[in-house]
Formats: sequence, C-alpha cells, structure tokens
Amino acid sequence: MKQLAPILPKRSTLMRGVASKFSNINWPAFVLLAPAVIALFVVGIYPLLFALDVSIRQYQLTKPYLGTPYVGFQNYISVIGDVLFWQALLRTALFFVLTVPLQVILGILISLFLDTLNNKYLSYLLRIILVLPIAITPTVIGLVGRLLFNRDFGFINFLLSLIGVDPIPWLGEPLPAMLTIALVDIWQWTPFITLVALSGLTLIPNDILEAGQLDAGRGWHFFRSIQLPYLLPGLTAVLILRTADILKLFDMVFVLTRGGPGVSTELVSLYVQRIGFRVFDMGVASAQAILLLILCIVLSRAYIRFFYREVQV
Amino acid sequence: MIKLYRVSTSATRLLIAIFLIVAFLFPIYWMLTTALKPLRDTFAIPPVLIFQPTLEHFEAVFAEGAVLRSLRNSVVVSILTTVAALLLGVPAAYILARFEFRGKANLWFWIISNRFISPIVVALPFYLIARNLQILDSFIVLVLVYLTFSVPLVVWLCIDQFRAIPREVDEASYVDGANLWQTFVLVNLPLAIPGIVVSAILVFITSWNELLFALLLTRNEARTAPVEAANFMTGFGIRWGPMMATGALIALPVLIFSLIVSRNLIRGLTMGAVK
Repeated sequence: MKQLAPILPKRSTLMRGVASKFSNINWPAFVLLAPAVIALFVVGIYPLLFALDVSIRQYQLTKPYLGTPYVGFQNYISVIGDVLFWQALLRTALFFVLTVPLQVILGILISLFLDTLNNKYLSYLLRIILVLPIAITPTVIGLVGRLLFNRDFGFINFLLSLIGVDPIPWLGEPLPAMLTIALVDIWQWTPFITLVALSGLTLIPNDILEAGQLDAGRGWHFFRSIQLPYLLPGLTAVLILRTADILKLFDMVFVLTRGGPGVSTELVSLYVQRIGFRVFDMGVASAQAILLLILCIVLSRAYIRFFYREVQV
Repeated sequence: MIKLYRVSTSATRLLIAIFLIVAFLFPIYWMLTTALKPLRDTFAIPPVLIFQPTLEHFEAVFAEGAVLRSLRNSVVVSILTTVAALLLGVPAAYILARFEFRGKANLWFWIISNRFISPIVVALPFYLIARNLQILDSFIVLVLVYLTFSVPLVVWLCIDQFRAIPREVDEASYVDGANLWQTFVLVNLPLAIPGIVVSAILVFITSWNELLFALLLTRNEARTAPVEAANFMTGFGIRWGPMMATGALIALPVLIFSLIVSRNLIRGLTMGAVK
C-alpha cells in the first residue's frame, strides 16, 4: 500500500492547488482511488492469501475431526504427482486447439464478408445478431446444447440423418462429447472475434485501401499486405483473452456434460471444482488453484507486456 | 457476361448472409419454440416446425415459484453489483487517467490482471471465508465476489474514456476555482457517460450470466437464475419444456437488452481487445 501514497498531480499548477505543505499526498485524489484499491484487496488478494494458507494444510471438509494441521508441501506434491490434474490441463489445451484456430479463421472470414457486404441493412442486421451469442447466458446455452445434441431427437442428428449419417451419441462418448463442447464454444465465440476483426478493418484509412486496391486488386495479396496488419493487434489480444477464458471456462461445459462421460470433458476448472466441492478436499483443491493462479499470472503478464508496451500507464 | 457475374456474386452473398443469420440465431429460436411446444412435439422426428403453441411450460414454471424467485435474486444481485462496481471503479479510473504517482504502473497492472484470474481460484477460499463468517447464501457474498471481475472491468473501460477527455477541460475548471471532486463530478463525469454506460452494461450482463460463484456460494435464499436453470440437469427425466421455458426467461431479458444497446455493447467488447 505504501507505494500508493504520494499521488502527485502531473502539472505543478495542480499541485499548488491541492497538495498541502505538511504532506505530499494529494488527499482528495487518494480518497477517490482508495476505495477501489481497498475493495479489490479485500475481495481479490485476501482470499488468495487464504487459499495459500489452506493449500499447505490438511483441510478435508467432510472430516472435521482431523482438524486442519499444516502439512507443508504435501498437497502440492500430490497435485504434481496427480495424473488426473495434468490430464485436465492437457484436455484444456486440446480444447483450445479445437476451438481457437477455427474461431480465428471463421471470425476473419466473416468479418471480411461483412466488410464487403454492400447491402447496408443486411450488414447492420448481421452485426446485431453477432452480439447475441456473446451476450446469452452460457448456462442456458448449455441447456440448449443438451437438446440440440440429443442422440435420439436432437436437431443436429436430424440434420445429419438427411445426408445419411447414423445418429451420433454426442454426449454419450468421449470424443463426440469433446467435439460438442468445442462446437458450442465456436458458435458462441466466433462472433466476438468477428467483431474485433471488423473494428480492425474499419481502422484502415480510405486512401490506403484505394491505393492497395489499385495495386493488388482484392485477393489474397491485398488481404496480407493491406488488411492483415490492421487485424493483427486485435487478433493477438483475442488470442490471449481466449486463452484466459478457456482456463476459466466452467458454466457451459458444466451444464452440457458435467465433465463427462467419465472425465472426458473435464476441463481444468471443472476438475478443481470437483475436488473442492464434491470430494471436499480443500487443501488439495487450493494447491491446484494456486498452481492455476500462477499459470494465469504468467499469461496476464505476457498479455499486458505484449499489448501495453507502447501505451503509457 | 459481367452483369451475370455480378448477379451471381450478389446472390451468393445473400445466401451466405442468410446462412450466417440462421446459424447464429437457430439455437435461440429452438430454445424459444421448444418452450412453446407441447412436449410430444419436442420428441418428434422429423422435428416439427409448425405446431400449436402452448404456454403450459411457462405456467408450470411460474406455478413452482422457484424460478421466479431466482430471477428476482438475479435482478437484485446484478443491479447491486453494477452500482457498487461503478461507485468504486469510476473514481479510481479517473485518478488513474489523470495523475502520476509512484507505483502507478504496478497498481494498474494488478487491477487489470484480475481479469485473467480463474474464478475457481477465488471461489475456493471465498467459500471457506464466507462459511466461517456465516454469510454463505446471501446477496452480500455474491456482490462481494462479483466485485473481483466487475471493478477491473469498469476501471479498464473507463480509463480510456477519461483519457479521451482533454486535460484542458480540467485546467479550465481549476481556473474557475473548482476543486478536484467538483472537477471530477461536475465536469468529467458528464463527459464520460458513454464509457460509463458501456461498462455498466458489461458488468450487468456478466453478473446476470454468472454461474460458478453463485453455484458454490448460494443454497436457497440467494440462489440466482443460472443456478436454478443448471438444477434442471439433476435428477431423473429431464423436463425439456419447463427447462427451455426457464432458459428463455433467463436469456430473453439479456438478449433484448443487448439488442437495444448493441452499439454500446460492440464498442465495449472490442475496446478491451483492440485498445
């Protein structure tokens, strides 16, 4: 908190006005900033410290008679040796590979399509519709997924039957279940990438567009040399945001498959949740959470390093 | 020749556009129609597109009351979270946008990095702390835990908004004899309304949609709508009709709301990524 103390206005004229003689702290400014910092400290940092403490204890909610003695790094050792934990992480990585590349490709294609769509109304309508999958409650989408991917009367299997494919037990077998949650994620998040790419495309100045068109027409070369440079910053941001989102992903998968069948769609947050709230081993779950937190911090550092290196903070 | 080509490309475009519209709307359409279909039509093969709509599933949901109560809880929690996040986040964003101080980069980095922390990491200790304080299953515990994502979101979006307001505006205000708070409230806030609205919309929708925290931190009293909906998946024999009716009751307000504010929403969603 100490680093927070001296809030000095940038301009000296400001400083004379508000900073008092006996202190270089700008109290009026401090008062505006402090509540948010304190609140985030209480709800953000304190629980993490608490988790850190729990992670080095034996902490089984179902066995209160055992107490909660410190056990050192035992929980961490058991997490690191836990094949299921690593499998859950690997599964999460697989989910990333199944979804994000396709989302990026489809997102760019749709944004290019919208960019060249001359029908104003159609283009406007599509843009609005793109917002809906992003805004809709993921829990509800999970429920709708249960219905659409039902083996016996789901609409997806009906569509497939039209081209002669036998009913697929989407939610009943490991690989189809993984594909199901990937497809739902693609449906939900491709629009986000489309909107980001679209806003990148609108940044291209008109004269560059015209010059490029004269030079290269509108094919692949035009895309690579004129449009892609404007898309890259947004796409890299999207890539890292998606990485964080997939590490967080819980609701849609929880409702759609509960991590099953077996553990075939149990992504990392579902696994930690199960250990904490089904097995009630809070010590081990907290150790897993701390390891996950370290992963998140590394990622967020990468993100902010990458993106905000030019932006002055 | 050229004309023919033009016609065919514009026809293809129209087809692609229609395909995209159908693809993105279909799950929502299917949810709504299933909520309005008699149960036997839900299981029909081939699926029926024309049916006698019925309100029986909605009536069943209303009769039980649990869903309505959970919707009310969701409204309360989402509004409280939005108000709290704005009250905390907007002033902080203003200071971060206007002042330089030691450790500012670290502070800012910390606030923003909250966005990357997986909720399960926070949910575990929050559950244990709330259990010790005996505030599990209350609005206050949900609002508190929702601050972990909503305050960073507000700060993130509003900093940009305040930076876009020229410093000269502040200086003019000081010359007129206003102090810092007056300059913030009377001069900057009105100019920052668009950014504040965008962040309020995003916080509200995120809180409304949230499942993990609500699932783990509430039981009955404060149970929110997504938890109630997820409950349909437990037990034997899924009640498809009431389930979809509940889904519609949860999703429709968000969908209608986001259609109304779609321009702002698009701005908010892309701002975090593009900026």
